[in-house]
Amino acid sequence: MTVHPHRRVIIIGSGPAGLTAAVYTARASLAPLVIEGEPSSTSDQPGGQLMLTTEVENFPGFPEGVQGPELMQRMRDQAARFGAEYLTEKVTRVDFSSQPHRVFVREDEYTADAVIVSTGARSLMLGLPNETGLIGHGVSTCATCDGFFFRGQEIAVVGGGDSAIEEASFLTKFATKVTILHRRDKFRASKIMQERAFNNPKIVVRWNSQVTGLVGDTKLEAVEVTDTVTQATETLAVSGLFVAIGHRPNTDVFAGVLDMDDTGYLVTQPGSSRTNVAGVFACGDVQDHTYRQAITAAGSGCMAAIDAERWLEHQHASTAK
Amino acid sequence: MAANVVTLTTANFDETIKSSGTPVLVDFWAEWCGPCKQIDPVIREIATEKAGALTVAKLNVDDHGDIAMRYNVMSIPTMIVFKDGAEVQRLVGARGKAALLRDLETSLA
Repeated sequence: MTVHPHRRVIIIGSGPAGLTAAVYTARASLAPLVIEGEPSSTSDQPGGQLMLTTEVENFPGFPEGVQGPELMQRMRDQAARFGAEYLTEKVTRVDFSSQPHRVFVREDEYTADAVIVSTGARSLMLGLPNETGLIGHGVSTCATCDGFFFRGQEIAVVGGGDSAIEEASFLTKFATKVTILHRRDKFRASKIMQERAFNNPKIVVRWNSQVTGLVGDTKLEAVEVTDTVTQATETLAVSGLFVAIGHRPNTDVFAGVLDMDDTGYLVTQPGSSRTNVAGVFACGDVQDHTYRQAITAAGSGCMAAIDAERWLEHQHASTAK
Repeated sequence: MAANVVTLTTANFDETIKSSGTPVLVDFWAEWCGPCKQIDPVIREIATEKAGALTVAKLNVDDHGDIAMRYNVMSIPTMIVFKDGAEVQRLVGARGKAALLRDLETSLA
């Protein structure tokens, strides 16, 4: 076991929330260590969910839009400029039962006075029996990674939010036809995204359609679609299925340590980023199932940094008495 | 130290996976794939550490889509391990170094 030098602040996670917290705490000369996560294809990775997107059109300050991965690289560089350090690993265990707080990466131990949790959320899967085996063989959670392989083919996207429509629109660059399968009779996506779907001649929307089966042994051949109103079942021949049905928070490592709601989102005290543990703060999608935008994540990252700074000052003042 | 990572093309692909004295890990990637970029440093480190036991190679699917198609690659990053030209292991999706080394243990045994 290696014990690393003590820090004032450790930030776990490196999406817009974590990196904004890093910019602020670094500028406050707190030399944060950002444990940024490790590569993955599920949006639970350094840079977070934006690493799997293409054009980001709604982040203020970029009138021409910006590529998701580029935006994250710039945030990372910005925090590094003021002294943030990065560790490309995933936290495996935490011990917040006493001060200093302890964060473990396998056998390595890192300690800090304050910890900012910004581990975000990752894509939900359908949970169908043969789904895992078909990932990479027609089933995908990353349109930007895999769309290319479906040139000239007919595919489907499951979901009804902004990300489902964004993926469907992006995929029309490759596929001849993209069917959006949504289990309700209207989208949850924003107006502008909905219009984009309705106006795209390659996109077909099927309402009240739930994916209840995946057909194919070594690669996806079709999906079984059940009408949620009539319960009628139909087979839709597609070679690709892109899953964009929502997210779940990355909080497994905090089970039993930090307060969570029924769906696993961390609970913060209203109007702040404080968790139930003194000196541990949460920001970004890990504690937000309402807004879930890059800009709200960044805003809450700023809140967590300021809360942490004030808490550290207060601690210092009380020990100096 | 610069790791010795082989750049594969349609011209040298078959030769490389067949005639290498060690298993060959082929990373199918593209410029526009975020997770591919994130694992690039990981596989380069592994190339250096496992030099002599494993050959690490990269194939750009944009430039050599024919080979990606031949191996039914439908998602990137996909990493395929070849021994004497035959596929022995396939890993789909990015992962960290520790996880990748653990997954590769069977092929390196």
